[in-house]
Amino acid sequence: MIAPASEAELAEAVRSASGPLAIRGGGTRPLARACPGTVLSVAGLTGIVLYEPQTLTLVARAGTPLDEIEAALAAEGQRLPFEPPDWRALLGAPGRPTIGGAIAANASGPRRVQAGAARDSLIGLRAVDGTGTVIRNGGRTMKNVTGYDLARLMAGARGTLGVLTEVSLKLLPAAGAVATLIVPAPDAAAAVAAMTAALTSPYDVTGAAWLPGTGALIRIEGLAASVAYRAGRLAGRLGAAHVERDPEVSARIWRDVAGAAPLRDRPGDLWRFSIRPSQAPGVAARLGVPVVLDWGGGLVWAVLPAGTDARARARPYSGHATLMRTAAPGAAPAVPVLEPESPAVAALSRGLRARFDPRGILNAGLMD
Amino acid sequence: MDMPVPDAGILARRDAIVARLRAALPADAVIDDPAETRAYECDALTAYRCPPLCVVLPRSTAEVAAVMRICHEEGVPVVPRGAGTSLAGGALPTPDAVLVGLARMNAVLETDLADRLIRVQAGRTNLSVTAAVEAEGFFYAPDPSSQLACAIGGNIGMNSGGAHCLKYGVTTNNLLGVTMVLHDGTVVELGGPQMDAGGLDLLAVVCGAEGQLGIVTEATLRILPRPEGARPVLIGFAANEIAGACVADIIRAGILPVAIEFMDRPCIRACEDFARAGYPDCEALLIVEVEGSPAEIDEQIGLIRQIASRHDPVEFREAASEDEARRIWLGRKSAFGAMGQLGDYICLDGTIPVSALAGVLKRIGELSAAAGLPVANVFHAGDGNLHPLIIFDANRPGDLDRAEALGADILRLCVAAGGCLTGEHGVGIEKRDLMEVQFTPADIEAQMRVKDVFDPAWRLNPAKVFPLGLSAARRGAAA
Repeated sequence: MIAPASEAELAEAVRSASGPLAIRGGGTRPLARACPGTVLSVAGLTGIVLYEPQTLTLVARAGTPLDEIEAALAAEGQRLPFEPPDWRALLGAPGRPTIGGAIAANASGPRRVQAGAARDSLIGLRAVDGTGTVIRNGGRTMKNVTGYDLARLMAGARGTLGVLTEVSLKLLPAAGAVATLIVPAPDAAAAVAAMTAALTSPYDVTGAAWLPGTGALIRIEGLAASVAYRAGRLAGRLGAAHVERDPEVSARIWRDVAGAAPLRDRPGDLWRFSIRPSQAPGVAARLGVPVVLDWGGGLVWAVLPAGTDARARARPYSGHATLMRTAAPGAAPAVPVLEPESPAVAALSRGLRARFDPRGILNAGLMD
Repeated sequence: MDMPVPDAGILARRDAIVARLRAALPADAVIDDPAETRAYECDALTAYRCPPLCVVLPRSTAEVAAVMRICHEEGVPVVPRGAGTSLAGGALPTPDAVLVGLARMNAVLETDLADRLIRVQAGRTNLSVTAAVEAEGFFYAPDPSSQLACAIGGNIGMNSGGAHCLKYGVTTNNLLGVTMVLHDGTVVELGGPQMDAGGLDLLAVVCGAEGQLGIVTEATLRILPRPEGARPVLIGFAANEIAGACVADIIRAGILPVAIEFMDRPCIRACEDFARAGYPDCEALLIVEVEGSPAEIDEQIGLIRQIASRHDPVEFREAASEDEARRIWLGRKSAFGAMGQLGDYICLDGTIPVSALAGVLKRIGELSAAAGLPVANVFHAGDGNLHPLIIFDANRPGDLDRAEALGADILRLCVAAGGCLTGEHGVGIEKRDLMEVQFTPADIEAQMRVKDVFDPAWRLNPAKVFPLGLSAARRGAAA
C-alpha cells in the first residue's frame, strides 16, 4: 500500500506508478468488483483547509473523515446538504468514511430529493490525474461557470479521471427542528402514492422513503413553528398514523433509510436501482423480493438470489441499476456491475478516461 | 478581440454547403440572404458582430442531426444559438460557421407532475417552462434576469443562475437529462428522469460547456411545487461593511432566504432616479426575500428584524401587501434599465466570498475613479455573485477599450479575493483571454481534453472559452 502524506507525494506516487493503482479513501463504498493493483490510500490527506460559516463554504482534504467534518459543521449549526449515507453495515465494509470517498461515489442520502446529490454540493476540487498532474477546477463560491465543470464530472467517477485530493462544498444551516410522519403503506404502490403526494405539496419535504413493515416516511425540517405547521398539514392530508417529533428517533429512522437497514443481513446480491420514481411499484413487483425505497421511489434497494440478472427481471425502467455487493465477494460477478451504456455514450466515457488516465491505471476497469 | 482567420475554403464553397443544407431541411429552415443573416450577427454582447456563413432553424432533433452530419462531412464550424441573450458573446458567429438557431424548437414534450419533471425542446424560453406548469402550482427554479427571452438550451450552455440560487441552485442542479446531437450527427441521451448517473456523469460537464460539446435539442428539467407565499424586506445601511456583516449574521443564524440582493449607493441612486421605487437615501441596501406560509414568513422576518437591528439599519421596510412587495423589488428589477439611461454599460458577473464584499467594493471604487468611469454594483449576496455595471459612452473613441480594461481589472480583483471570473454569464469571447488569471495551463489543458473527446476537430462554437494561444495546436491540427 502507498499512503502519501500530501498532494505532492500523491502526485509523485501516481507519476512513478509502474502498474494499476486501487484508490482507497475509507474503503467503505466498494462496488461488487475489486480493483487490481497496489492500494493507493488517500487517508493521509486530512484536514479542513477553510471553513467560513458565514459564506456556507467548506474546503477539506479528501481523506478527512466524514465524522470529523460533520462534527465541525454541527458545532456551527450547519451540515452537508446531501446527507452522506453510511453504507458500512450494508456493504460489509468496515472503515471510516471520508469526504473524498463520498464525493467520488456521488453518495447521496435521503435529502437528495430536496437539497440535491453530493455532486450538487460540490463547488470545486483538486485532483491528480493519471499522469500525476494536479488539476484544479471550480472554486469556493456557490455560483461559478468559469470554464468546464470538471468537478461535477469527477463526482461519481470513482477516481477513474483523477484521484481527489481536496474538495470545496456548499453547506446548509442545520435544521432547528425535525418531524417524521409515518404513513401506513402496505406495499410499494401505496408508499409511492403517499410520497408523491408529499413531494408535490408546497411543504418542502426533505425525505420520502418506505421501509416495509414500518410504512412511508416523510421528513419535514426547519424552524420549529414552521415544522409544526407543515407536519400538521401533511399529516392530515396523508393520513399519518404517527408524527415522530423526537430528533434522535428521527435521526435513527433516516440512518436506517440511508443504509437500507432492513436488507443488511439478507443473503444474496445487493442491487441499487436509480429510476423514475413512478416506476418503483412496477419494478418492485417484478423483482418480487422485499425492497427499500428512498427518494420518493427514485431509489430502490433490493437483495436478489446470487447471480440473478436483476435488470432483466426489473425491466422496463428508465434509469440504471448497480450491483453493489455479491453473495460471493471476490468472485467476478456474472452480470455487469454498472448499467451498460449506449455505444455512443460508452465511447465518450472511454474517451474521457483515456484522456485523463492514458495508462489506464486509476481504478482500472471499475467504470467499464 | 482576436478571432481566428476564417477558412477561405469554406467561404469559397458557401453556395454548395447551403445547397446541401437546403436539400436536407424544409425550405424555410435555411437562411443565407445577407440581409437576413445579419439578424444573427451578435447576441447581447453587441460590441462584437459577425454574420455567419448561413443560418439554419431546425424544428426537431432529427433536423439538427442532419445539419450536423453535413457540417461534419464538409468540415464546417457550427455555432449554436438559443435566444441570443448571452452577455458574454456565447452565440457570436464566425464568418465560416453555420449558425444553428433553436428558436423554432419550443415545444413541451412531456409534463409529469407526479415525477416532478418536464421535458421541453431546447429553444423554449425559460419563463415559458414555468408558464407550462404554474396553473398546477409548480415552477422551474433557475430565473436569470433575461428569463422572458432566454432559451433553456442557452441556460444549459452557460449553466445560468438567477436571483434565487441560494435556496434552489443553478441550472445544473435543476437539469435531469438532455438529448444532444454530437459533432458528427450522432444523437445521445444523457441523464434522464432518474436522480443520479449510472456511469460517468457526462450531463454534468455538458451543462456549462457553452455549446462546445454538442447541440442540446431537448431537456428534462426538475420542477418544484410553489411555496405558499413569499415576502421581501428592504433594509438600508450606513455603510457597505455593515450590510455585509448583516448578510453574514443572517446566514449564521440558520435562516435560508430565497434571495439576498445587495445594491450600493450609485446603484440605489440610479434606480431611484429611473423607477422611483421610494428607496431610502443610504450607502447600501439589502432586499431579503423569504418563503412559506404567512406564519412561517412572519417567523423568519421576525428573526431577520432582530439581526438587522443589531446593525443600526437606516431603514427596515417590510412589505405589508402585494403592492408593497412589488415596490421593494421594482428598483432592483429595473437596475439594468436604469443603467441604460445613464449610458452604455458592461455588466460583469464575477463572484466573491461575501466576507470579501466591503474590501472589494472599496477597491472597485478606487479603480472606477482612476478610470474615470462610473461603476454601480448589484450583488446576489447569498451566493456571492457580484454584478458591477460599468457605464461608458460607446460613441466616445477609446471609451469601450477603457471600460473593458476596467472590467478586466475588476475580475482580477474578484479572483484574488477568492472568487471567479464568471458566476452565471459564461466565458464566451468576453472573458476568454482572462482564463489564465484563474487557471493554470494544466487546469485549462484538463478542460480542453474534454472538448477533444466530444469534438475532436474543434468545430463546435469555435474560438470561445479557451485562450486562442492555448488552443492553437488543437485548432491547427483540425484545420
